[in-house]
Amino acid sequence: MQHHTTILLIEIGALLFGLGMLGRLGRRFGLSPIPLYLLAGLAFGHGGVIPLSASEEFIGIGAQIGVILLLVMLGLEYSADELVDNLRSAAPAGLIDMLLNALPGAAFAFLLGWGWEAALVLAGITWVSSSGVIAKVLSDLGRVGNRETPVILSVLVIEDLAMAFYLPIATAVLAGSGLIPGLSTLGVAVVTVIAVLVVAIRYGGEISRFMSVKDPEALLLSVLGLTLFIAGVAGELKVSEAVGAFLVGIALSGPVAHHATQILSPLRDLFAAVFFVFFGLSTDPADVPPVLLPALGLAVLTMLTKVITGYLAARRVGIALPGRLRAGLALMPRGEFSVVIAGLAVAYGVDPRLAPLATAYVLITVVTGPMLARLPDYRWFKELVRRRMAAQQRATKPLPTPE
Amino acid sequence: MRVRVEQTPLPGIGVRHDLVTSSGRTVGVVSHRNGRRDLVLYDVDDPDSSLASIPLTDDEAEALADVLGASLMLGQLAGLRQQAAGLLTEQIALPAGSPFVGRKLGDTRTRSRTGASIVAVLRDREVIASPGPAFKFEANDVVVAVGTRKGLDGVTAILAGDDDG
Repeated sequence: MQHHTTILLIEIGALLFGLGMLGRLGRRFGLSPIPLYLLAGLAFGHGGVIPLSASEEFIGIGAQIGVILLLVMLGLEYSADELVDNLRSAAPAGLIDMLLNALPGAAFAFLLGWGWEAALVLAGITWVSSSGVIAKVLSDLGRVGNRETPVILSVLVIEDLAMAFYLPIATAVLAGSGLIPGLSTLGVAVVTVIAVLVVAIRYGGEISRFMSVKDPEALLLSVLGLTLFIAGVAGELKVSEAVGAFLVGIALSGPVAHHATQILSPLRDLFAAVFFVFFGLSTDPADVPPVLLPALGLAVLTMLTKVITGYLAARRVGIALPGRLRAGLALMPRGEFSVVIAGLAVAYGVDPRLAPLATAYVLITVVTGPMLARLPDYRWFKELVRRRMAAQQRATKPLPTPE
Repeated sequence: MRVRVEQTPLPGIGVRHDLVTSSGRTVGVVSHRNGRRDLVLYDVDDPDSSLASIPLTDDEAEALADVLGASLMLGQLAGLRQQAAGLLTEQIALPAGSPFVGRKLGDTRTRSRTGASIVAVLRDREVIASPGPAFKFEANDVVVAVGTRKGLDGVTAILAGDDDG
């Protein structure tokens, strides 16, 4: 027992230290740490270079807390009013986004001859862009003030909200309960989410006033406790832990949300890193090469559909061609959510090729996406777009002939 | 003409205000939820994209707002001069030997004695708009006063220490 504990400390300590060094290295190249954590997980896990034996259970629990913290922080970023307003104004963009990005994923799974459970999972993986990575890209490229940025953000918000419905269905279907119980879970989820939104809009102030901002320690414990508790209850009700955590984040508002974000950020960074490593751990690196080509194909296809999504969504609100392209290219990276969904599939033992495919897919999009998002800032790209716009103008509007 | 300031929510970040100037340029301010503010200038060729985004601290934003507000007030005063006959605006340099260097504006009692108002003070290329009675003069200040010819002459005399009232 004693020996086991010390080995655990050594493994966890070495792992976290290694991740810290990797993250630092990644920052130097402007790379998101997510792919590095995934690669680290691949290197350590089953069939990896250095298997972690003593700490795997510990990492597993840490990973679950990581998902919950990722989601509660996401919820804290948005207020209930914002979500509802967005749903009203940008619902068509969200619908385009779903059709253009979820369907190719599902179709691809069928093409590979996988079952429809795998299709459902892959649809989710290709659908959701990474709000964390994209927010970072936007601020790195100085585009927060751009006029197409609200379009990008509202697509992300709707995706995140849609997850509150998608995850319960996916959980129910994967648990093998079939479509009818799946639909009833969906009913429960819809009612819960709407109830939480209504309560948050009406009584968000009271809930938040219940927690004091003045004492950071008490705030940390109460917010973290409430989140884990609700996530656990949601898990028991088969609505998925992640959704429960997301809803807690939404229900909290005002100064409590602001302070909770600051207090929980370091915890989220720690456990999210553990989560990405854990996902890599559960994948055998030997399984990756065979699915590399399909993953590449899927990545190219669904990155293209994201560009179209952004293009159409930006056109809806009257953004010009360069802005539409910027919106489309920015939306490409997939990240934390895709891994959360794939993790769900791994937990329920869907097709064993799914996890390596998802790993490769996320690695490709999350590394190339932010690089491609820079394209519109290059001079040659701007020149190309300008020439194209000029040509379009000539085509649609003939020059007025002098009298 | 009324200027239309457009407000756009940025979910998860904060809010953006922007306006299109009569010269066709777009200027905006992104207010982050954590209190950070960015002044954003937009591209002429591609009005959707920001050319520069300048982060401002609280103090910097306040200083900028002050300068803009003060220059606006001076501009309006200049307009007033043309509109209201008999009412003048004048810049009066505080003489080096003035008894009011280092003293409060309230001590001059210019308004009650001359009817003219001190509406701004120019100091080191900075504009201090509507200084209060507790405002302290320094050497080389330039006082902007509004009043009748007689009132302004009175202010000049008081600041120079020439009057014995």
